[in-house]
Amino acid sequence: MGVLTRSADRAGESVAPTGSADRYFRLLVTGCALLVLLLLAGMLIRTTWAAWPAFSRYGVSFITGTKWQPASGQFGALPLIYGTLITSVIALVIAVPVSVLIALYLSEVAPPRLATSLTYVVDLLAAVPSVVYGLWGVLVLVPFLTNHIYQPLSTHLSWLPLFSDFTSGRDYLTAGLILALMITPIISAVSREIFKTVPDEEREAALAVGATQWEMIRMAVLPRSRSGVIAAVMLGFGRAVGETIAVAYLIGGFPSITDHLLQQGSTIAATIALQFQEAVSTPIWKSGLIALGVVLFAMTLLINIGARLIIRRAERGANGS
Amino acid sequence: MRSLQARQRRSQLMAGVMIAAVLVAVIPLLFILGDVVVKGISQLNLAFLTQPEPFVQTASGGGFGAGIRGTIKMVGLGTVIAVPIGVLAAVYTTEYRSRGPLATLVRFFADVMTGIPSIFVGIFVFTVVVLTTGSFSTYAGGIALGILMMPVIVRTSEEAMQLVPVMLRESALALGIRRWRTIVSVVLPTALPGITTGVLLAMARAAGETAPLLLTAFGNQLITGWGKWNGPENSLTLEIYNNSRAFLPIQQARAWTGALVLIVGVLILSLVARAVIARRTRRTR
Repeated sequence: MGVLTRSADRAGESVAPTGSADRYFRLLVTGCALLVLLLLAGMLIRTTWAAWPAFSRYGVSFITGTKWQPASGQFGALPLIYGTLITSVIALVIAVPVSVLIALYLSEVAPPRLATSLTYVVDLLAAVPSVVYGLWGVLVLVPFLTNHIYQPLSTHLSWLPLFSDFTSGRDYLTAGLILALMITPIISAVSREIFKTVPDEEREAALAVGATQWEMIRMAVLPRSRSGVIAAVMLGFGRAVGETIAVAYLIGGFPSITDHLLQQGSTIAATIALQFQEAVSTPIWKSGLIALGVVLFAMTLLINIGARLIIRRAERGANGS
Repeated sequence: MRSLQARQRRSQLMAGVMIAAVLVAVIPLLFILGDVVVKGISQLNLAFLTQPEPFVQTASGGGFGAGIRGTIKMVGLGTVIAVPIGVLAAVYTTEYRSRGPLATLVRFFADVMTGIPSIFVGIFVFTVVVLTTGSFSTYAGGIALGILMMPVIVRTSEEAMQLVPVMLRESALALGIRRWRTIVSVVLPTALPGITTGVLLAMARAAGETAPLLLTAFGNQLITGWGKWNGPENSLTLEIYNNSRAFLPIQQARAWTGALVLIVGVLILSLVARAVIARRTRRTR
């Protein structure tokens, strides 16, 4: 009886003429959805505005200038852009083959049970905070690399410009190595998802005509996944470009344009982190660092939008077939 | 064509190369975790969790109490900001016009936002909060973490709500229950485990952030009261960062212990998150 009256009450409620509660609720959730978008737009507008003094004073030379020396009023971001790209490229050269092979192993080769637990372990790499990578990098990896790798390299291969001018073990190569480790989980996770979208029928078709496991991967899995893997690589690239604290530990902090990978350098993100506390009291320096942030934001935004568009198209293609 | 044997050997060889790749990623991870435990555990005690760093940096004793409290306060504020906005935005993208242009845009840009460098979010909050109020603060740090958590919460909540069977919604609506009431009393409770998992993972990530806090919370040697939110604040990550860049062994030792506390905290959050999901899948089976 009680149930009946209660549901009758409900029914009465919903045919009430106003229905305003529903309208307000809808307004509330729409507002929250809009807020997420406005936040992104707001970030771009507000920071560009705060960076305007630097942009308007230095114009294009803010991007093309080759000297970043705030103390003497020189703000040319090119060495930092160079450093950002070179460390990210080093990271990609190492991380892409490793991550794709990991993803292939986990999705195609490993027994399901083992794959599940290994997936968890690889994902753990993404759960380690970047400050811990930095700490470990500077106190363990740098001394190790210096003693066992860099010094022998620079003594025996110093005729190669790549390995000459060894300084401190905090350099482009070390930063690139740590970045490689940090972007491996994202590249392998996204690649794994892409490999999963390949229909089993295609794998079976390859195996049915007598392909070995590796031939099946090359005939059925990889060709269908090419664009998705490219997107995964772009996401990893975006991570490497934006990574701040671990790089700030390991890069040395002296902006330079050089192909000597064992020399100190700096990246956009690391420069912001390393110089910010000093720069707060100097308006143009502060504005310059904010401008660096805008450049970094623009770079990562474009990379991420590109990657997400590719992934969306790949997923839609998989659903369509 | 090569012999079957040769082809099979090649296939096995590639499987071996794949296993080697897994090891290339897993071995450094083991070294990192091992070093953090070995070098951090000896200093770990109650004082480390509750006391501030000694005023004289070279002195022994003390700990990262200031940073641990700061991290709890700021992650808490971030959660309070990000959860309602994130979950309600996800309600829009799943329950209202989920194929409409706004929902598509929100979904897309939430994904894009997860790739925005956290230091940029720090810069944004610096210009909006720190420059406006004239001071680094706990507020500013918490807001920065909230912005970083939001896209993660939108996406995970959305996935959780999509798993709620349409039948449940239809049954509720058929009983004459209004749309908002259906969402609040049927859809959200059913999706709660999934949403909780997303929130916990976002909290774990926020607790590990350093760069945005450098520009917003700034750091503070002293323990700030639970009720003080408008002045510089320390975080566990900032204390690790500052101590490990110092040359004194005693400071580096503190940084290792801080890293151990941080990693254990982050792992506990992610394990709880996994447990919540595991329990739900068992129940639905």
